[in-house]
Amino acid sequence: MAIFLFFLLSSVCVGAVLGMILSKNQAYSALFLVLAFTCLGGLFGLIGAPFMAVVQIIIYAGAIMVLFIFVIMMINLREGLSSEKKKWTIAFSVVLALVLLLELVLASKGASLGQSPEGSVSPKEIGQLLFTKYLYPFEITSVLIIAALVGAIVLVKKKEKE
Amino acid sequence: MIPASYFFFLSIILFVLGIIAFFIKRDLITQFMAVEIMLNAANLAFIALAKSHHFVDAQVIVFFIITVAAAEAAIGLAIILLIFRQKKSIKTEEISSMKG
Repeated sequence: MAIFLFFLLSSVCVGAVLGMILSKNQAYSALFLVLAFTCLGGLFGLIGAPFMAVVQIIIYAGAIMVLFIFVIMMINLREGLSSEKKKWTIAFSVVLALVLLLELVLASKGASLGQSPEGSVSPKEIGQLLFTKYLYPFEITSVLIIAALVGAIVLVKKKEKE
Repeated sequence: MIPASYFFFLSIILFVLGIIAFFIKRDLITQFMAVEIMLNAANLAFIALAKSHHFVDAQVIVFFIITVAAAEAAIGLAIILLIFRQKKSIKTEEISSMKG
């Protein structure tokens, strides 16, 4: 059952990423990406990380992609962008990507990927780690988020006429 | 139980697809989405390796990666919006001058 779910979710995920690459319209690309991130959330749940699954779906598929879609709406390109400029650049990049894939697979052959133990990590464990061992990084992350928010607002704000 | 190597190979495939998308696409927003795909592939690899070694801290680190990605998305989209206001375009081949 679990292995069936894994193959279903992973094939939908890879298919959604392919659809994002092949679609000309950016809004469709963003929606395909929402599908891919939701499937990744399901995969996180399957591997025994339920907290990360929920975070993935809320933050990635929810917040970040909504931000993308807002920006696509603000930019509002009438004509679709043609993705390919020269055919040989596509062929070249695909060949290079396949070389990279081969390289990564060969490199990961040596990695020690033993049998994964049963059971999942409860949110309680993560919370305990987050507020004891990783307390300072957690606080610094909140400062980072504030800085990013203020920076984004300052960047996008229209300048007043002098 | 599914072996962790399956998840690891899926993350490799996603990373390579992200790189292909980054090089084939010619507009800033889709290339930015490709970067997000690569970040997610890295997260999946992280969680798969953490699972096979039973290392709980990795999930906390993935949590940090996701929050940093959120901050990065906000700033990056603001910059893309600024570029669009100045150049009236987000195609990468039309953004070739160094002076803003």
